[in-house]
Amino acid sequence: MPSEWIARHDQTLALQGEWTLAHYRDIKSALTQSDVGQATHETVSLDAITRLDTAGAVLIIELIGVEKAISVTEWASELPKEQQALLIRIAEAMNAPLNVDKPSHSRINQALASIGQQMVGLWSQQRQLLAFIGLVIATLFHLALRPRRWRLTATVAHIQQSGLNAVPIVALLTFMVGAVVAFLGATVLQDFGATIYTIDLVAFSFLREFGVLLAAILLAGRTASAFTAQIGAMKSNEEIDALQAQGLDPIELLVLPRVMAMLISLPMLAFVGMLSGLAGGAMVTSLSLDISLTQFMATLQKDVSVMHFLVGLSKAPVFAFVIAVIGCLEGFKVSGSAQSVGEHTTSSVVQSIFMVILIDAVAALFFMEMGW
Amino acid sequence: MIDSAKSTEQSDQPVIQVKGLVNRFGAHVVHENLDLTLKRGEILGVVGGSGTGKSVLLRSIVGLKRPNGGTVEVLGNTLNELDDQQRSQIERRFGVLFQRGALFSSLNLQENIALTLIEHAKLPREDAEHLARVKLSLVGLPPQAALQFPESLSGGMVKRAALARALALDPDILFLDEPTAGLDPIGAAAFDQLLVTLRNALGFSVFLVTHDLDTLYAACDRVAVLSQKRVLVVDTIDKVAETDDEWVQDYFHGPRGRAAQRAHTASSTNAYTQE
Repeated sequence: MPSEWIARHDQTLALQGEWTLAHYRDIKSALTQSDVGQATHETVSLDAITRLDTAGAVLIIELIGVEKAISVTEWASELPKEQQALLIRIAEAMNAPLNVDKPSHSRINQALASIGQQMVGLWSQQRQLLAFIGLVIATLFHLALRPRRWRLTATVAHIQQSGLNAVPIVALLTFMVGAVVAFLGATVLQDFGATIYTIDLVAFSFLREFGVLLAAILLAGRTASAFTAQIGAMKSNEEIDALQAQGLDPIELLVLPRVMAMLISLPMLAFVGMLSGLAGGAMVTSLSLDISLTQFMATLQKDVSVMHFLVGLSKAPVFAFVIAVIGCLEGFKVSGSAQSVGEHTTSSVVQSIFMVILIDAVAALFFMEMGW
Repeated sequence: MIDSAKSTEQSDQPVIQVKGLVNRFGAHVVHENLDLTLKRGEILGVVGGSGTGKSVLLRSIVGLKRPNGGTVEVLGNTLNELDDQQRSQIERRFGVLFQRGALFSSLNLQENIALTLIEHAKLPREDAEHLARVKLSLVGLPPQAALQFPESLSGGMVKRAALARALALDPDILFLDEPTAGLDPIGAAAFDQLLVTLRNALGFSVFLVTHDLDTLYAACDRVAVLSQKRVLVVDTIDKVAETDDEWVQDYFHGPRGRAAQRAHTASSTNAYTQE
């Protein structure tokens, strides 16, 4: 049984060497290998310990028991004062109950509880969203007649951030998707000798759907997350509370400028998206299908009525409102920690993209039934 | 006979020696030719007006900011000359308590403390969390706190938990940045006492940045005053208070300074009579 850390001389259990964090695991395995067990009533000698830190002290106290450690001055007067003090201090700390039981339930219960929790969460989230939309609309009407309280500077700043700065990425993305749709149409329609209808395909898809949808999804990723992070950081820094305490309305100051900016930006970006999608299609048709630009324009004018443009654009304000409101609401839901900001930012992007696509699907059904 | 706990290094050698430190941000010079030493086992209070670079000094000693000039010697090594691995070895012997706690918000308290025990000391999770709970109890937190997350804690509990985390690896040097700021006077006094008790038991040296006059009187062995881009004076608090400098006079002999001094003399005479 003699080891680097424990030895038994006659009836005395001698602890020796460096009882420190670096040797914690070795000492612990030495303790389990030797049959020491609990040495509460044995004579223990600490004289040969060369170094001692809290981790070592914890091991010693586990070995000899708390009471014996607290009375260390009586039986180990050889030990330096600091190490005695350390042992006593740690023993006092370990005297309190250290282990708290985590509440444990069976796995099935947990699974059921988590499903239930998620359903309740989903329900309350939808209610919160509806309530928040109501609040925003009420504030909007309240302020509509009071132009002096419109936050023009903030609104314009948000238009710049979420609208103007997004023009290049929206234009590039829709241009490429336009080219892809044209390629796709060309490949499929070639078999029927109807490649000229590629123009119609690109025009219909971009005017009715893709222009606005792609712009909305991009803004959902780009702007909804930004709104959540901005308002969330303000919330966790108690800035929202500070506004309220000063009698200022955070909806009026923070939400409305963002909502207004989105209502103005998204239709414009959708328009940019439509044009640049058409341009992408025109590039492909003129380069690979030998359809000249003049012919492209002529077909566009002849086949595609302005109705499709209006149908597409009519969805933009709805998307804009939903994205802005979800982004802001998730920001207000942030609580305290940095992790919470991250969670709600993710949630706002997922929710707003989901809502955009859902509304788009419903709208497509509606427009089809109406024959528009 | 038993050697003292830190027998490998000479005990009279300073643990931190700052020589000719220069720090600037752009054209703004914060420190110029700053010298400071921290002796083994002492609690050094660092005071100074707002903007005199107390926190910057702490950050450049810990290695979070690279100084623009001068050397920082820690435990006999010049930090800037070491390679990453040696540096990491030295940095493990630091414990830092940041001004606002800086607890990891995604971990509960025992995980916060167990993190370095698992990563650096390579303990199994179970042992690490057991030691973490001992540390939490050591700084006076109730056992239930171990499973709580930082956001649900009060300011005083955050400070205590952050101290427990700073103590996780049994550091040789403890850096505290305004540990009692934002605590109520009772909590602050308890913290001062806790610090002295732990220092006496664990034998670490403390670099304590503070504004709190009570802490200076109750806990610090020496006090360094930062002023005019350097350390104006370092000495025991009574001698520092005598320094002929406008800021020092205002600080120690203003209404709050006098109150703290009275409170200190009153409590120390009480302590003597009790003994």
